[in-house]
Amino acid sequence: MKKTVLIGMAAVALVACAKKTPPAEVPPATEQPANPPGTATDDSVDLVELPAMQADLVAKAGSDTVYFSTDEYSLDDQSKATLAAQARWFLANPSVRGSIEGHADERGTREYNLALGERRANAAKDFLIANGVPAGRLTTISWGKERPVALGSNEEAWAQNRRAVSVVVK
Amino acid sequence: MKQIIAAVFLLPIAAAGFAQDTGPLEVDVVGGIQAPMAVAVPAMPSSSGDTAVGRQIAEVISSDLRSTGLFTPLGPSGIDSYSYAQASNPVYATWRNAGAAALVSGYVETGAGGRITLACYLFDVSAGRELARQGFAVNANDWRRAAHKCADLVYSRLSGEQPFLDTRVVYVAETGPKNARVKRIAIMDSDGSNHRYLTPGKATVLTPRFSPRGDKLVYMSYQGRRPRVYVMDVVTGTERLLVPGTAFTFAPRFSPDGSQIVFSMASGGNTDIYVVGANGGQPRRLTSTPGADTSPSFSPDGNRIVFESDRSGSQQLYVMNYDGSQQKRISFGGGAYASPVWSPRGELIAFTRIGGGAFRIGVMSPGGGGERLLTNAWQDEGPSWAPNGQFVMFYRTAQGSGNATLYAVSINGGQPRRMPTPVGGSDPSWSPLNN
Repeated sequence: MKKTVLIGMAAVALVACAKKTPPAEVPPATEQPANPPGTATDDSVDLVELPAMQADLVAKAGSDTVYFSTDEYSLDDQSKATLAAQARWFLANPSVRGSIEGHADERGTREYNLALGERRANAAKDFLIANGVPAGRLTTISWGKERPVALGSNEEAWAQNRRAVSVVVK
Repeated sequence: MKQIIAAVFLLPIAAAGFAQDTGPLEVDVVGGIQAPMAVAVPAMPSSSGDTAVGRQIAEVISSDLRSTGLFTPLGPSGIDSYSYAQASNPVYATWRNAGAAALVSGYVETGAGGRITLACYLFDVSAGRELARQGFAVNANDWRRAAHKCADLVYSRLSGEQPFLDTRVVYVAETGPKNARVKRIAIMDSDGSNHRYLTPGKATVLTPRFSPRGDKLVYMSYQGRRPRVYVMDVVTGTERLLVPGTAFTFAPRFSPDGSQIVFSMASGGNTDIYVVGANGGQPRRLTSTPGADTSPSFSPDGNRIVFESDRSGSQQLYVMNYDGSQQKRISFGGGAYASPVWSPRGELIAFTRIGGGAFRIGVMSPGGGGERLLTNAWQDEGPSWAPNGQFVMFYRTAQGSGNATLYAVSINGGQPRRMPTPVGGSDPSWSPLNN
């Protein structure tokens, strides 16, 4: 996932929404080529990922990800243990925020999966808050089924894609 | 790029030079079309003597007519053309002998200021009489528009349905591997021509939908890593956040008069349906039941909204009044129902049915009766109506690769037809008829 390139239309969004901390550099809006070669997805212009801190979260908490059953958003004991460890990490690292990002497997309709991903992200966020992480440090995003990590069309892949990921951001 | 877009909107096709034939509509080629009808579409002569444009126009008309599934066009390849004088006065025996039941003829007249007029005629070859005629004046560069209008005249006259061929499609163009797919909004004519991208692909975009006049889109974008609904002016490309702030908004659609946008907003694990002025204002909440209420779509009279909700435990379809009152479940078959869209004619609702290991496109009445499934595949979803309510476009996802492809299917059945997109596509939205 690439970082912080803010161009054109994103600038419009930033103007339109009140941001607490605008990015340091906002390049002027420029004309975009209709079909830019080698375009990669870059959805992280606003919330900036911190890869080193992310690796530290994974090392200390055991995982940045919890998993869900089909069409479910309840946390099992393993997920709760993982999130409790994540909460301790967030409390030990007060300078960063968490973007809790919910995902769904491909076997659902697009808009429903956006709602389902939000439920999963929210379930993880609520558990972090219950374990002491200030709510103001946590945001949620749903990616629905748009960002699978496992590529297959089988139960094993879907189980890996039904997840909530705690992304460390500033 | 923008000038091309503008041209589509700003240059109306003038009906020029011909009055609509006022003869009786009932002819033996009309109605009860079962097998495709053979329609001759020879290359058209041109006043300038340029044979290329008349052949290209005939090719577009032929392709358009074939795409409806109602016709087997003959020509322009493989059949002879005719003289300028015969455009309005055909030698019927020639076309009878060619096996045609109907003939589309005409000519191209070059006018002043780089404009052309396409004179379009439709004849019943068997009965030996004219059925329709109309002229379409366009900039020479817009000759395809004139061809689509001619094809719509033929389709409409012979099928008894409203025209739908002179339309556009917006969709999510998908490229790249399954775990890093680039999604851009693209727009094209409904025959695949004039394809161009409206967003650069930096941010994932989903569910673009036309305004009822076809001049705006409403869609969801992850720009700023904040998934929210935006409104885009198709002509200028400018876009605006629909609901200020960082609330997670999605599943937007315009009201039939274009003044409102209905959408979902999710917060705290609960998704409800809201409506807000298309130009802004305070969102008004329409649903409050715990659960995921999403995919709202207005009835064409604006009085009701169909949506899906899992409040019963699984995704099902509900209809409510425009103000949120009288919410009533309408789907009761096995499995789950999703992404309902109200037909522009009002009498049907298209949806995605989930069950038996398949996602299929179907239609039912707004009361929930008369359910018919139109497709059968591993994963079809995201229906969108043609403006005449006779066809539904949707996208089909391949098992494994996850590659998505646009298809259109007649509500009367038959095989879905693959839409000619240059790359993978999802979330189609069929435009209203072009001006």
